[in-house]
Amino acid sequence: MSKLTLNTTPVDARPAPKRSIGAIAWLRANLFQGPINSVLSLLAIWALIAGLTPLIQWAIIDADWIGTSREACSSGGACWVFISARFEQFIYGFYPSELRWRVDLTFVLFAVMIAWLALPRLPAKKLAAVLTLAVFPIVAFYLLHGGLFGMPTVPTHRWGGLMLTLVLAVVGIVAALPIGIVLALGRQSKMPIVKSISVVFIEFWRGVPLITVLFMASVMLPLFVPTEVDMDKLVRALIGITLFQSAYMAEVVRGGLQAIPKGQEEAAAALGMGYWKRMGLIVLPQALKMMIPGIVNTFIALFKDTSLVLIIGLFDLLAIVQAALADADWLGYSIEGYVFVAFVFWIFCFGMSRYSQYLERKLHTGH
Amino acid sequence: MTSQTAKADDTPMIEMRGLNKWYGDFHVLRDIDLTVQRGERIVICGPSGSGKSTLIRCINHLEEHQQGEIVVGGIPMTQDVKRIEQIRHHVGMVFQHFNLFPHLSVLENCSLAPIWVQKKPRREAEELAMKYLERVRIAEQAHKFPGQLSGGQQQRVAIARSLCMHPEVMLFDEPTSALDPEMIKEVLDVMVELAEEGMTMLCVTHEMGFAKTVADRVIFMDQGQIIEENAPEPFFNDPQSERTQLFLSQILGH
Ligand SMILES: Nc1ncnc2c1ncn2[C@@H]1O[C@H](COP(=O)(O)OP(=O)(O)O)[C@@H](O)[C@H]1O
Ligand SMILES: [Mg+2]
Repeated sequence: MSKLTLNTTPVDARPAPKRSIGAIAWLRANLFQGPINSVLSLLAIWALIAGLTPLIQWAIIDADWIGTSREACSSGGACWVFISARFEQFIYGFYPSELRWRVDLTFVLFAVMIAWLALPRLPAKKLAAVLTLAVFPIVAFYLLHGGLFGMPTVPTHRWGGLMLTLVLAVVGIVAALPIGIVLALGRQSKMPIVKSISVVFIEFWRGVPLITVLFMASVMLPLFVPTEVDMDKLVRALIGITLFQSAYMAEVVRGGLQAIPKGQEEAAAALGMGYWKRMGLIVLPQALKMMIPGIVNTFIALFKDTSLVLIIGLFDLLAIVQAALADADWLGYSIEGYVFVAFVFWIFCFGMSRYSQYLERKLHTGH
Repeated sequence: MTSQTAKADDTPMIEMRGLNKWYGDFHVLRDIDLTVQRGERIVICGPSGSGKSTLIRCINHLEEHQQGEIVVGGIPMTQDVKRIEQIRHHVGMVFQHFNLFPHLSVLENCSLAPIWVQKKPRREAEELAMKYLERVRIAEQAHKFPGQLSGGQQQRVAIARSLCMHPEVMLFDEPTSALDPEMIKEVLDVMVELAEEGMTMLCVTHEMGFAKTVADRVIFMDQGQIIEENAPEPFFNDPQSERTQLFLSQILGH
């Protein structure tokens, strides 16, 4: 028999002890733990210094920043004058200068909508989502294209640069999402015809490279529409990108749908809700939340892939920089051009990637 | 509402005749005959895997049976989606794992179906929801989310959510077996009150105290069959079949 012990004195809560790690201790713990680690750390540090020094020298210290022509570039470093001289064209393409405020306004509106959607602190997310998906596209179209309230029309062949890249990527993703949802639901359907159509559609587009899709869109689409309809080149590219993207989106949505426990749909069914109500009110709202990181990742991939449209003669950011490289005034500055393009793509993709990581962490811990 | 005409009080609430169901080759329900009168309280027990859940899930067509017929509130069950939904309007269900909608508040969980299925105005649906949340003594949590509640509280919300549809019969599938012991009573209390108000109830449960106080009949199932069916007093004191005796001795622990 064990003896009864009874302890009635309460123990006050105390703060946890602090772990103090100084810089030296940190270095020792992380970089110089044992001889092999130390050698590897030193090697890595040497490689970083050896690689980065000339790059920084070229890109920043020796670079020329100010000026308007190639005469300003004399120091032997990077010639960023080339970028700044052509900057407007890289952003707006051949969009008329006096109308560029319309592009700016569209971008600002878009940034506001995205911030509204993405920042957890801001209220009325449902309203924001409806505005972004239903109202913004129409406003954006008339702002960019014109033709309403006496705004001069700017035909799409004058669009270009970063603006066109963003249009392609954003329209691609926004249009692909609803189609992707329908496809994913179709793939789960008990109706064999709906199911097989969805599966065939998804697997077809997933098995074809985007570059082929773009060629097909520009060559084959006109065969399917009546000849009197003169289909815009940009519209053709957008249709191709959207169909291609919707197949990937369908797989993202499917993953989200599968993550929702079966009991959710059953509870909704037991309350007498029909299929569309079960999906629209119960399953999809929960699934969409889980899909956001996947959607953002797909968007990053699409954002980079949009530069393929240069092969069908659209001047996205990469294409327009490349075109500028051929300008006799600026021959020989292709490194600056490509570094600039890479940097712009990187800024966007890195931002989105960080956001999706933040979301994943949040979804992991919270509700 | 065509169902109103079929609602004469002498029609049984639920009738199952010659019900058979298979999962692939596995014969999970075998020749089930069961009639539940209006106002009757029935407890179903039996070993795990004996088909209890499957049986009550057939009543609102969460599972599909292959043979036999089911008539709920005078409406024969068919494959027709509209017919199934019509039956579901009269049948409430409470699940073992509550299955509350985590993205909606407690109040929204309860008012959702009245708004979207019965097309009630939002105000009216919310008043209704509050009324039933008060009945299950959880009205003060109406604006919380399910994830912020204890298991017992969640299950009471789930009961209120079902009641908001004014069901004529309530199905309970082991409503307390996912709960910590100290929360079982708060859920059982609500169920007892419901029974006292005259609700027709079909409960799969191993809470034998509940069965003794509330049930009109206790049904013992094993291997997809109804083995024994009796009023609680003779069922517990004088079980006829050997399997029932064995089961009761295991569950009552003597
Ligand atoms: N969806 C399913 N597919 C195949 N077998 C199933 C399925 N659901 C249940 N079963 C099987 O049917 C039997 C009865 O299950 P169930 O009705 O849940 O039993 P109980 O509720 O009495 O524990 C079990 O053996 C179970 O493994
Ligand atoms: Mg069960």
